[in-house]
Amino acid sequence: MIDARGPAEHGIVSLWWLMLVLACAVFLLVCVMIAGGLIRSRHLSPDEPLPEASWGGPFIAIVGVAITGPILVFVFVLSLRVLRADAASTPKSALSVHVTGHDWWWQARYPNGAQTANEIHIPTGQRVRIVLDTVDVIHSFWVPQLGPKTDLIPGKRNSMWIEAASPGRYRGQCAEFCGFQHAHMIFYVIADRPGAFRTWERNEARPLMQPTSAIAKRGEQIFLSTTCAQCHAIRGTPADATVGPDLTHLAGRRTIAAGTLQNDPGDLSDWIRDPQAEKQGALMPSAPLSQTDIDAVVAFLEGLH
Amino acid sequence: MVDVAERLEELWAEKPGLADFIGTVDHKRIGKRYLYTAIFFFVVGGLEASLIRLQLSHANLHFLNPELYDQIFTMHALTMIFLFVIPALSGFGNFVVPLQVGARDMAFPRLNAFGYWIFLMAGIFMSSAFIVGRAPDAGWFSYVPLSNAHFTPGVNTDFYTLGVIFISISSTAGAINFIVTIAKMRAPGMSINRIPLFCWGELAMAISSVFAFPALTLAALMLELERRLGFHFFDIGKGGDPILWQHLFWIFGHPVVYIIILPALGITASVIPTFARRAMIGYAWVVLGEMAVALLGFGVWVHHMFSVGLPAISLSMISITSFVITIPSGIVVLAWIATIFSGRIIRKTPMLFILGFILIFVIGGLSGVMFAAIPFDQATTDSYFVVAHFHYVMAGGAMFPIFAGIYYWGPKMTGRVLNEFWGKVSFWIMFVGFNVGFFPMHITGLMGEPRRVYTYQPGLGWDVWNMIETIGVFIFSVGALITLINWWWSAKHGELAGNDPFGGETLEWGTTSPPPHYNFEHIPTIRSRHPVWDQPELRGGDQPIEAGGRALDDAHVTLSTSLLDARPQALIHMPHESGYPFALSMSLLVFFFGLLSGFLVVVGVGGLFAAASVVGWLWPRGQTQET
Ligand code: HEC
Ligand SMILES: [Cu+2]
Repeated sequence: MIDARGPAEHGIVSLWWLMLVLACAVFLLVCVMIAGGLIRSRHLSPDEPLPEASWGGPFIAIVGVAITGPILVFVFVLSLRVLRADAASTPKSALSVHVTGHDWWWQARYPNGAQTANEIHIPTGQRVRIVLDTVDVIHSFWVPQLGPKTDLIPGKRNSMWIEAASPGRYRGQCAEFCGFQHAHMIFYVIADRPGAFRTWERNEARPLMQPTSAIAKRGEQIFLSTTCAQCHAIRGTPADATVGPDLTHLAGRRTIAAGTLQNDPGDLSDWIRDPQAEKQGALMPSAPLSQTDIDAVVAFLEGLH
Repeated sequence: MVDVAERLEELWAEKPGLADFIGTVDHKRIGKRYLYTAIFFFVVGGLEASLIRLQLSHANLHFLNPELYDQIFTMHALTMIFLFVIPALSGFGNFVVPLQVGARDMAFPRLNAFGYWIFLMAGIFMSSAFIVGRAPDAGWFSYVPLSNAHFTPGVNTDFYTLGVIFISISSTAGAINFIVTIAKMRAPGMSINRIPLFCWGELAMAISSVFAFPALTLAALMLELERRLGFHFFDIGKGGDPILWQHLFWIFGHPVVYIIILPALGITASVIPTFARRAMIGYAWVVLGEMAVALLGFGVWVHHMFSVGLPAISLSMISITSFVITIPSGIVVLAWIATIFSGRIIRKTPMLFILGFILIFVIGGLSGVMFAAIPFDQATTDSYFVVAHFHYVMAGGAMFPIFAGIYYWGPKMTGRVLNEFWGKVSFWIMFVGFNVGFFPMHITGLMGEPRRVYTYQPGLGWDVWNMIETIGVFIFSVGALITLINWWWSAKHGELAGNDPFGGETLEWGTTSPPPHYNFEHIPTIRSRHPVWDQPELRGGDQPIEAGGRALDDAHVTLSTSLLDARPQALIHMPHESGYPFALSMSLLVFFFGLLSGFLVVVGVGGLFAAASVVGWLWPRGQTQET
């Protein structure tokens, strides 16, 4: 959060530094008073009565109400200003990404029909509206460097905006406890320059790249004829299920299983063989496939650019 | 004189043996039991904490699987809040309040015993979840829909719902007892402006409890109905609303922070004057501050829900109250530090714990105000920054005063002073361990570490801090353990305490340590806010009849006085030992296990015995009203 990379988070970080300074001042006052009491006590004799402390009442009233009050009002007003900036609606023309929470991964859909999971691309330098809903329990969308968090609530459609000033991969993670793999419900917001983003978005909306190698072709056959197709969609094939992530352009992602594993042949084959060993509780069963079949499926999936 | 004491002893003594062990209604015995049982659960909760910290000490550890981790972090919260902090503070309240107000017992001694037994039974009930390997695992906040029967089909969450309903009975019974005791059982002359500050803290806590716990009970009941009988309170598909649960939970869940902290503030306000050798500066400010906190505490719950997507106007209203509540809390702290600044500080262990507490509490308070700023809250809520914050306020904020209380009132309870040297060692280790353990959580939170994760990935810069946190928590545990050993050793071998080992101002120091069954030979007449300091006869340990004391030695009675001026109004006949509170609690335990397991026969048997116990308890017996 401290390492803000977008305007929504910048305001919050300024607010934080201001509050931190005020907090340190208060803490210092308390330390000084306590230390003062301890030091003074050394010079006081047990036999003499303590001096009157008639300043006590006014001290409490002045510091506790007369000084604290205005400071609080000031911070409150400032916080409302930041809130207003963060809550301001995005321009009508803004890109709107529809993010849906699933146990335990993120589905992202774009207006042009592109669909992906856990790696949400946005163009830099502009506000992007994020529309949030969930198919199961409550999750919370949080990219610490880019903005505040917003919950995904069943039956409710929340929205917020994020903006990244410069290109980069910004890590995000589910922030509301959602069960078993709450810890592995990670995602990335990938900010590309607008041109690169448009290319990505167009490619992502296309159906699959037809496999060329023999092994990949066999992989496609296996994918479509076994359980995989009951949960996953690959646009351009009969597989159109929505239980698990859309895999049409899987090869374009750097990580799989919501940031849990790398998207390389080794991890991918481990994942397909036994998802439970990699991410206990994940809602994907182990594949009833031989290792050669899995290798074929991996070859197919790794070709889906 | 002697025969007054003898007659009182005859009237009030409890016989040794099992019947009176179970049937006791003596607030001192019950208070100590609360404390011992709570400390047992403190050890349990501490072990849970150690497991959590071990699992998180390093990235990607598989020491605990997510299933176990979720159970342990949920039970850690439930244990620490419901089975340690609240009952431990009730324990001090039970032991100290009647002594401080100059009564012979709590207003409703049997209700008091009942409160303890329910606490014990509810503790057994919740802990037994581990034995069957199905402890609650949806968090102590158990948000729906995660906690409904669809996403959590096992009995895990039923242990939670039934357990919190069960323990609420205890807290509510205790709270009512504190309110009536402090309102009506004060010694003559203890007008409302002379009530000791510890009692004010307990009173504020009790008032808060009476209004907060019903929200939790109701929410838990609704969830249980939804889980077991298919109701739809929170089911969006059938017109329910999951947000309703959050409102109900936090209407309880925020005030419970004050339910925990107010008695702790009370302990603080008792210890400071004793070791600063001067009366609390701004007594009225402190009282009004605590009452204002208890009241405003009901108007801030939505700041736990700032990222839910509620309308900005609701957020702003709650933001205002959350800022405003800083003022009374700040006033209370200012009164303490003004007193410390102008006092002559005696650096004994209880005072060290209180000084440490003040620093910790102020840090927690300051990070707490920050959450009133909506955008900052939305950025940091559900991150480790929050974990740091509430451990400073609720864990440090309650534990350090509890430990201060152990060193301060321990001698009154056992008759022997705890070892000073080891007390100080314990304090320093705990203080250092606490800050090493919890301060870095602010940092990882700001770096983006979310809470309630069973593990995290390497390379995010979180590892080092997490390792430091783990080390800190273990250091802290060593310090706490030293005090437990110190207590156990000193209770047998410590120096004799005498009536007043520390030179306190309130009435408990005007009787022997431990106090006799009847507390005071003569119920004193109070002429000052600081009776033991200002009324020399009390320093002698008793106020004779010539000085205004009342023997009340011809019946098992105590005095009831008027609410504001504490003018004597009536003699209250106090009940004797009784097995019914225990029987009722046992029956309720059976009843709740019946509900849990779904065996209607068990429910019926438990219910029947419970009904019989109530009848037995309330059966009219002669002219005395024994309730
Ligand atoms: C019962 C439904 C189901 C079946 C059958 C299934 N999956 Fe999955 N799959 C999922 C779910 C759910 C996820 C997301 C898991 C997570 O991240 O928690 C997933 C994730 C994946 C991912 C990672 C996608 C990403 O971007 O993170 C791959 C690759 C994958 N599955 C491949 C397969 C293959 C190949 C098969 C057939 C052998 C298969 N799945 C069968 C439900 C299923
Ligand atoms: Cu989630």
